[in-house]
Amino acid sequence: MLTFVVRRLLLAVPVLLGVVFVVMLTIDLLPGDAVTLMLGEHATKDAVAKLRDHLGLDKPFLVRYLDYVGRVFLHGDLGRSIQQNRPVAAELADAWPATVQLTAAALVLAAVLGIAAGVASAVWPNSLFDAFARLGSLFGLSMPIFWTGLVLIVIFSLWLHWLPVGGAGSLAHLVLPAVTLALPSVAMIARMTRSAVLDVLYQDYVRTARAKGVGELLVLGRHALRNAFIPILTLLGLQSGQLMGGAVLTETVFAWPGLGRLMVKAIFARDYILLQGAVLVFALAFVVINLLVDLSYGLLDPRVGRQG
Amino acid sequence: MNAWSRFRHNRLAVLGLALVAVLALSAALAPWLAPYDPTRQSLVEKRTPPGAKYLLGADEFGRDILSRVIYGSRVALLVGVLSVVIAVVGGLLLGTTAGFVGGWLDALMMRAVEILLAFPYLLLALAIVAALGPGVLNTTIAVGIWGVPAVTRIVRGSVLTLRETEYVGAARALGAPAAALLRRHILPNVLPGLIVYATLFMANAILLEAALSFLGLGVQPPIASWGLMVSTGRDVLLVAPHVATVPGVAIMVAVLAFNLVGDGLRDALDPRLRGSV
Repeated sequence: MLTFVVRRLLLAVPVLLGVVFVVMLTIDLLPGDAVTLMLGEHATKDAVAKLRDHLGLDKPFLVRYLDYVGRVFLHGDLGRSIQQNRPVAAELADAWPATVQLTAAALVLAAVLGIAAGVASAVWPNSLFDAFARLGSLFGLSMPIFWTGLVLIVIFSLWLHWLPVGGAGSLAHLVLPAVTLALPSVAMIARMTRSAVLDVLYQDYVRTARAKGVGELLVLGRHALRNAFIPILTLLGLQSGQLMGGAVLTETVFAWPGLGRLMVKAIFARDYILLQGAVLVFALAFVVINLLVDLSYGLLDPRVGRQG
Repeated sequence: MNAWSRFRHNRLAVLGLALVAVLALSAALAPWLAPYDPTRQSLVEKRTPPGAKYLLGADEFGRDILSRVIYGSRVALLVGVLSVVIAVVGGLLLGTTAGFVGGWLDALMMRAVEILLAFPYLLLALAIVAALGPGVLNTTIAVGIWGVPAVTRIVRGSVLTLRETEYVGAARALGAPAAALLRRHILPNVLPGLIVYATLFMANAILLEAALSFLGLGVQPPIASWGLMVSTGRDVLLVAPHVATVPGVAIMVAVLAFNLVGDGLRDALDPRLRGSV
């Protein structure tokens, strides 16, 4: 088990290095002088020179890349944001909890609703519920998340006055953003769960269990769901990545003070140091979540641990 | 049953195809279908709710939303189709290279593909657009790059199986150039899978373009892009909800249409996958 964890952690390193490389390279390919773009046309020569030096822009790209990676991995130093002139790590730390709260709420919501709907669809295939759920998930996958958010605001804030329009601070503030962010994942998970459970329900061991006279609920719980859970779990890990992408949009719609909004702000302010840091944190979170997913396979299916 | 009759008997897929046809027609005939010039402003009529004069209402500048939605289909389809082209051409080149060269290059490329496939793409698209700057062309590039890894993997898998077949081996032994191999043997083989992927990718490309434009990083005003229209409507959401919500319906219908056709094509072209995700 330990070697499995270590190996997975080692595999995560090139992912992070690759993401930083891609982001830095894209920014490097930026036409024109990055510093003038960041500071604006009217910046003093002194300020430009200072920032150039701070960013190490006179050095070749690879040197700068290794510099950045070295500082991040050895000292946890992400540099200073250009706009606020604060350590990037501090800015990210301020925004981080809000995003964790939002994505965690959405993930739980998506898992509960998606799995419940998917199992029900599989147990009663081609029923009215199944048709409704499948149509619903097609719509869920097709609705742009930022638009869903606005529609929910119109319904629940403007017309019904039940929930606040935006901002953060209370549980009521969390409801609409979390539902908005969760919807596409609910659709995805429901679809996946339906087909995974349907697959398992046709297996020999399920028929055997039924023939033995095991009750339908036990068959479902002990035999079917346990085995259907592995593909569902994989999808949950991948969906967490989707949720982080969706968080950027959801946070913008609901003025939710998280990493996604910080990232968009950084792009508009051309604060590339901050942007780099934000992308890195997202990537790290994504890698860690998928590591946890991989580890939990071992708990659900003893065969996985032995192979690892 | 052949693929077409299987597709034809799938009611949802046919509905999707009809919607795609409507979209294509509205893009092609926009100047004749739109009741007004999509950029014509009439500030006294700003935020007019849907009614007899403006069927879907007017926006913040008194522009006819219906006309802008019709013209918006041009942007959505243009960005969608071009990014599919980028994805398919890029993926074909990289996939055949990886498949034929093999060895460490193949291993390295596949590792990169896996990383890109798993990573939340919107974040990378944001970085790409942040660096390139906004605009229709740069948005298309950012969206198109997204599709490259998946196509690469599809093509490479097909090359690997075909490389071992006798007829491809014979063609190579006879000195057939790589381009001929690609065109005569590899392409026909990957085509069904590619068509399905390209259709489903089209749906996601439209969603991503809308998302980038919504954030203000994609298509820029005054071009009528659905995502951008939702974004402008957001500022007046509480006084005139129709400005933001109406264009969103267009996005949803377009995405749904391509999703339905893609699902239908997959079921029709590969009956083994029927009913699976």
